[in-house]
Formats: sequence, structure tokens, C-alpha cells
Amino acid sequence: MHDKSIRQLAASLRAGEFSSVELTRWFLDRIREFDGRLNSFITVTEEQALEQAAAADARIAAGDATPMTGIPIAHKDIFCTDGIRTSCGSRMLDNFVAPYDATVVARFRQAGAVLLGKTNMDEFAMGSSNETSWYGPVRNPWDPERVPGGSSGGSAAAVAARLCPAATGTDTGGSIRQPAALCGLTGLKPTYGRVSRYGMIAFASSLDQGGALTRSAEDAAHMLQVMAGFDPRDSTSGQEPVDDYPAALEGDIGGLRIGLPKEYFDDGLDPAVAASVRDAVAEYERLGATVREIELPNSHLAVPTYYVVAPAECSSNLARFDGVRFGHRCDDPRDLEDLYKRSRAEGFGAEVKRRILIGTYALSAGYYDAYYLKAQQIRHLISDDFRRAFEQVDVIMGPTAPSVAFGLGEKADDPVTMYLSDIYTIAVNLAGLPGISIPVAPVNGLPVGLQIIGDYHQEARLLNVAHRLQQATDWHLATPAGY
Amino acid sequence: MNWETVIGLEIHAQLATKSKIFSGASTAFGAAPNTQACAVDLGLPGVLPVLNRGAVLMAIKFAAAIDAELGRRSVFARKNYFYPDLPKGYQISQFELPIVGRGRVELLLENGDTRTIGVTRAHLEEDAGKSLHQDFHGMTGVDLNRAGTPLLEIVSEPDMRSAREAVAYARKIHQIVQYIGICDGNMQEGSFRVDANVSVRRPGEELGTRTELKNINSFRFLERAINFEVERQIELLESGGRVVQETRLYDADRDETRSMRTKEEANDYRYFPDPDLLPVELDDALIAEATADMPELPDARRQRFCDQYGLGAADAQQLTASRALADYYEQLVAVCGEAKMAANWIVGELSGALNREGLAIEQSPVDAGALGGLLQRVVDNTISGKIAKQVFEAMWQGEGTADAIIEARGLKQITDSGAIERIVDQVLADNPEQVANYRAADEKKRAKMIGFFVGQVMKASKGKANPQQVNQLLRGKL
Repeated sequence: MHDKSIRQLAASLRAGEFSSVELTRWFLDRIREFDGRLNSFITVTEEQALEQAAAADARIAAGDATPMTGIPIAHKDIFCTDGIRTSCGSRMLDNFVAPYDATVVARFRQAGAVLLGKTNMDEFAMGSSNETSWYGPVRNPWDPERVPGGSSGGSAAAVAARLCPAATGTDTGGSIRQPAALCGLTGLKPTYGRVSRYGMIAFASSLDQGGALTRSAEDAAHMLQVMAGFDPRDSTSGQEPVDDYPAALEGDIGGLRIGLPKEYFDDGLDPAVAASVRDAVAEYERLGATVREIELPNSHLAVPTYYVVAPAECSSNLARFDGVRFGHRCDDPRDLEDLYKRSRAEGFGAEVKRRILIGTYALSAGYYDAYYLKAQQIRHLISDDFRRAFEQVDVIMGPTAPSVAFGLGEKADDPVTMYLSDIYTIAVNLAGLPGISIPVAPVNGLPVGLQIIGDYHQEARLLNVAHRLQQATDWHLATPAGY
Repeated sequence: MNWETVIGLEIHAQLATKSKIFSGASTAFGAAPNTQACAVDLGLPGVLPVLNRGAVLMAIKFAAAIDAELGRRSVFARKNYFYPDLPKGYQISQFELPIVGRGRVELLLENGDTRTIGVTRAHLEEDAGKSLHQDFHGMTGVDLNRAGTPLLEIVSEPDMRSAREAVAYARKIHQIVQYIGICDGNMQEGSFRVDANVSVRRPGEELGTRTELKNINSFRFLERAINFEVERQIELLESGGRVVQETRLYDADRDETRSMRTKEEANDYRYFPDPDLLPVELDDALIAEATADMPELPDARRQRFCDQYGLGAADAQQLTASRALADYYEQLVAVCGEAKMAANWIVGELSGALNREGLAIEQSPVDAGALGGLLQRVVDNTISGKIAKQVFEAMWQGEGTADAIIEARGLKQITDSGAIERIVDQVLADNPEQVANYRAADEKKRAKMIGFFVGQVMKASKGKANPQQVNQLLRGKL
């Protein structure tokens, strides 16, 4: 059951081969069996899941099913879930039970999906290895001594290990695509504003975007169909009409113009990863696409720009965690200042503190122009690079991450090296473009991701391009041993 | 040598929207603590602000009322600081690009001169909640009902040169925001708050160091706070001291200002554009919508009252002080038809009664229609002006309409000349000595002496005799 796609599961449920309750139990059993070593879930909502599954079975019986009705999924623990702890991977919110559903959560609820639980993540989505979580690191199902990537590492590990058919994630600088690459999954980060941010705990508001981690582009299309759309509660969500993503999957890609940015195949890229990526691009040529080299001349500015913009926004977004109304509060505060200082010192981990400090500095009087304003200007230059590129090509392809999954603890003490693991994904967030990572030929038995970047609101095309490769190859079907 | 006072005001006008500026929660005043604060107002993790369109329309209206440039593209910014009644750890305000740009208001000073005061800008922002320090046994209570209430912060140029001018300007803004219906102007409930930036200098010199006065909740306190502060600064400078840039709280009980925090202690607010909100773009259609129901503004109405009703400048100024009062006046004129009489009654009897009981015109127990009914009876000679005052008092006490009171108390004026003549005859018969004196006097003295007889006749008729008829009859008989 756990190897079936969402479409196959939906068909089986409708055909009565098994019920949603049986399917849900199956995955709950797998979580019990495997998650002790993976640590991909922070909270498993067994009771609610079985209730939702029973309700889904009733809906299916009544002929009122959507393609997601009765399908178990997991949400990254950054999405608020009514009545269920929403920790954001932080001690700060270890005691926080959200009193409302995020829009994404509500949409899956309405579609009849079954929530298995909340997945582990880097604290407040700040990290690329899932090692900054208050709940401990997540292990990569392909190699338990390696990281699954981050920050949506729990969702990635859970889907890769077949503990759930699909999971939501969020991507601020690569937090869906990079763990998808490191865990052998399809990871879709839509256009900024395509998916509502309401109820998604903010890290960097101008960059954050919800998306999905799945085992195929087809599954991602079903997930996005539920998630996408304008939300009156999110002023930055897009008004553009939502495409029929599953219907767009089969489109012909003959004549597709692919651009390879020369800056993405530089010295920092592992040659074996580069070879895998080029093999996949060659496969596209066989499918009728044309390939040309392009330039994204400001690529080298993406990481420094990101590490001004994202910390600046996070320093403000995380100010509400002050021990006054919710979340962690220190014991016996002497006065207000003590309450603030100790609650925040105890509640936040080192990486979160580092970014709050960087961001506070960047926004301070006398530094604002040199850092924040300058970063916004570079952001425009980076967007312009992409705009020019999309005048010549339909999609841009390159590696998702510079290497395969690295070892636990390997980069944990070196923030700059860690930050460079998102070097190919960050520019996409700065520009607000959609991107998808799909598995290509592994290196030494470890997954490698091909990143495909599209123009604004081209999710349907990205899914179509990804799906056609998955029709022609079976890289995406590889399963980590033992799962 | 003289000192020149320089004053600029920052006014926070609470906008009269039904819901908050970034959430759907109600803005009504006086609810139980934290019952009007939704997830957005509480700053819960994951929530996002959505701009209230009504607040934007009101800001546009204000811009039109003070002849200001509109910020066609304005941007919300975050003002970051920690305080328990500031749930998100930042206030959403506008910084570099406000919605209302440079404008001006005209003041009519008491000596009849006019003065133009520049408005630097006005911007939209959200209010914070309230910290309550009493009744919590050494702890602080936080009430977030007010958090997210829309404010228009109106910043003036440092154009005022005395406390009286500052009060006149504040009153003018108060009048305008109420006229155009964007603020209820209630200072006690904090709907209209004034902070004053005050400095002194030798005439012709550069601006002196200023202090900012806060916690002023009436126009009277505004004047007193500024005057206290000006004296304090002058004394300080004349004794060789230096004014420190700081925020000072006005203490109405002690009538003094006290240091709250100095510039060195001030926060670095780390303003930056709020990434949760799009820039506000004002197009012509929105501006037209906002100004479609623009009422006649106070200055124009004052001028019209002079032209149309023949009122003096002082009466016109007083009658247009608030839109409700001016509306009351025009309704009263419509009913009674006598513009001057209507003005006198409002400025005299009605204002006296309202002041006595501390009521606003909207709370008057006698509405314009009822008062008009009374004045009609004066116009048609049913009662005299003097009796009308008695009837007014009865109406104020809720005894009914003018006609009902006149009827019940038998106050109808006696116009039957036979009846008046009988009273006149009686008065003359009762006062033979005065009659003799009158007849012996010359014309000049007689004019004064006739008053005695009129008084006696009015007294005997309990004020109901028609005064013109009494005069005529007396002159004939004497």
C-alpha cells in the first residue's frame, strides 16, 4: 500500500480495495515501526487521523470524494493546526497548541485528507540539515548517519521512508527542494504567493512559500491542486487563476527550451553530482528539448543577499515570542526585562539567535542603507537576471544542491559552509519564482536532485516537465533499503 | 531679550471604522478586557494583517479636507520595539511613504487674524493595547482590545508660536476630523490624542532643542502643559542650563511635566517595509469614492453662515464649531424661519443649558425640531421671548412640546386689547402718584418713566400681555 501513488490510492479507496481507516492504520503502524530511528515526526495524531479516515470513508461511500479524500498526509510542524501542538521545531513553542488552522491545513481538511501528524524541522525553518530542531536531528532514510536536508527534513524523511504518501513543507531558501534532493524526492516550491502563508509561522515573510514533498511530480500536482489559490487572509497571495495541474502533466515537451546557467556548474559543485545532472538534461534532449547555456551573472550575490534579507525579516517576525502571551516563559521573572531576556534565551536555539542578531544588526540605524537597502537592490538585479533568461528559454535546469547528503554534525559548527548548501536554491526565493527538485541518477547510492526553475506561475509547466522525465526514467522510483 | 516659543503637534486620531485596521475584530470602546482581540490582534504565530479599506478611504478624505498631497503609493512599515501591550513586538505604521503628504489648515485667531499652519504628513498605523498596573498585585495586566485600532497620526510643521495657537490648531484638526466623520473626537476615551513638541529660541536663531510632551487628554491641559514646559525651558536656559531632548509626561494633578525617557534611552525602531502588506496604490476611482460624500468643511460653512444668514463672524464661528451644532442650527432655521433668533437661542439658552449639564449638542434633550416649534410661537406672537425661556426650561425637563406646555400652563400671550386695557386701567388707578409725576415730566424723562408702568402691567398679566400693545395703550391713556 505504501508504494502507491496518490492517484492509485484514491482509485483503490474508491474501488473499495481498502478503506481509508485501513490505509491510515497501515501508515500509523509504519510510523511506529520506523520513526524511532528517523525522528521525522514531532507529533503523531493517531486518534484524530482515525476519526478523519472514518469520515473520509463515509464521504467516499457517499460519492462526495475529492482526489485527496482519505489520503493520509503529514504537515510540517510550521503550519498551525487547530487543537494540535504546533512547535515550529522550537522549545519556544513546545507548549503551543494552535487555536486555528492554517489555510493550507484547512484546505486539506476540506478536501478530506487525513492528517497523520506534524513533521520535524529545523527550528523556525532555519537550517539546511534538520539539526537545529529542539526535538533532535532527523536521519536520512538512505543513510542514518547522514542528514535529510532542511528545513523540511522531517517531511522529506517521512515521505522517503514511506511513512506517509506525501507531506507539506515550506521553502524560504531551499527548504523543500534541498531535502527533496537529499532524500530522493520530488519537492515543489511554488511561485511566491501561490500558496497562502496564513497560519504558516513566518520565518522571512517575503521569501516563505508553502509547497509539497512527494514521490512523484504527479503526486505533487495533486497536492498543489489543494494548496494553491488566493486567500483573502493573506494580502501577498496571488489572485491568478489556479491551473488544473494533474491535467497538465501529460503535455508534450518537444521543443522545450532548457537553459543551463554556467554559474550553477562551478567549482563548488561536486563533479559526480554535475555528471548526474547532465545525464538528466541529456535525457530531456532525447525527449525533444533543446539545451543552451545561459548566464545568471548575479548568482554569486544570492547567498549574501539572502543572509541579510531573511535574518532582517526574522528578527522582526520572531519578536512576538516574548514569553508574554504564549510559548515558553522563564520561571520567576524578576521584572519585564528579565522575562524577555530569559524567556528568549531559553526558548530559542543557537541558529535562531544568530539570525535574530544578524537581522537586528542589519536593520539598525546607520546600517540599514548599507545592508538591508543594498540587499533589496541586489534582489532586483537577481530577478532581472531571471527575467532576461526567460526571454530565451522556457525552463532553467541545474543542480538542487552542491553535493549529496552530508554527514550528521559535519557542517553543524560551520554556519557559512552550511549556508552554501542552498547556493543554487536561494536565488529562486529572492526572485519569487517556482522551482522543483526531482531525483536523477544517484551518486554512491545517495540521491541527487535536478532543479527545474520556471517563470512566474508556471507550476503546471514545471510539473509537466518533471512528469515527462519520470515517465521516461525510473530514478524517482528508487526506495531506500529497508523501507 | 525675548524668547520665541516653537511648537509642533503630533495628533493621533482614532478612525471611526467598525473593525480594526488589520483584522475583523470590533473597535467598540469599553468592552471587557481582551474580548475584542482576535488571533491577528493577539499576534498569534502565523497570522497575517489584511488592510481595512475603510481606513484608507478615511485617510483620503482627510487629505482632501486639509488640501494635502496624497501619497499615491504608500507603504506600511514595521516599527520594532518590545512592550507587553504590543503583541507582535512591532507596530505596523507608515514611515518613508505616508498616505497623506504636505497640507495646511487656516486658523482664525481671537483677534480676527488668520494664520496658516502646515501639516507635514499624516499616516495610518495601528494602536497598541493597554497595560494596566493597578489591581494586579505587583503584576501588570494587558488588555488588547485597543490593539489594532486604526489611527491617523497627523504631524504638523513647527509653525505655532504660543500655547494658544497650538490649542487653536488642535481644535481645528479636531473639528475637521469630526466634520468629515472619520473620528469621534472623544478625548477622554483616547480617540483624539495630542503630543506636543516644544522648544524655545531667541528670535531669528536656529531652532532650540525640543522636548516631546505626552499624556495630554484635553485642550485645557494642552495649553497648561505647553506653558509649563516653555517656562521650564526658559528658566533652564537663563540659568545657564541646557534643554535635553527627551519625552516628558504631563501630570495634570500637579500641573507639571516630568522626564519619561531621554534621547539616549530611546529605542532604535529599525523601521523596514512590512513584507506582509502590499504597497497601497490609490487610483482615481478610489479617491473619487472616498471624497464622494465629502461634507461642507467648517471654514466654508462659517463663511456661508455669514453670507446666507447674515450672522456676525463670532456667531458663525461658534455655530460651525462642530458639524452637529451647525446641522442643528440649520434645522432650527428651517423650522422657525428666523436666522438671527435661531442663532441667539443656540448661543444663549441652549448652549447655557448644555454647558450646565456637560452635554454635547448630540445629547440635547431638546432637538432642533422641538426648539423650532417653540421659536415659531415667538414669531407668531403666541408668547413673548421672555415666556419662551420658561417654556424652554420646561421642555428641557421633558414636560412635552412647546405647544403642550403653553397650553397646560396657560402661557398664551394676551392680545385681546379689551383685556389688556382693563389691566392698564387698573395699574393707572393703583398708582395715582406716579401718573401725576409722569404727566408733569418732560418728554425725555417720560421715556424712562414709562418702563415702570409697562413692568406693572406685565407683572399683573403674569408676563402674558403683548408688550407692544401694552406700550401703545399706556402712552394713549397717560
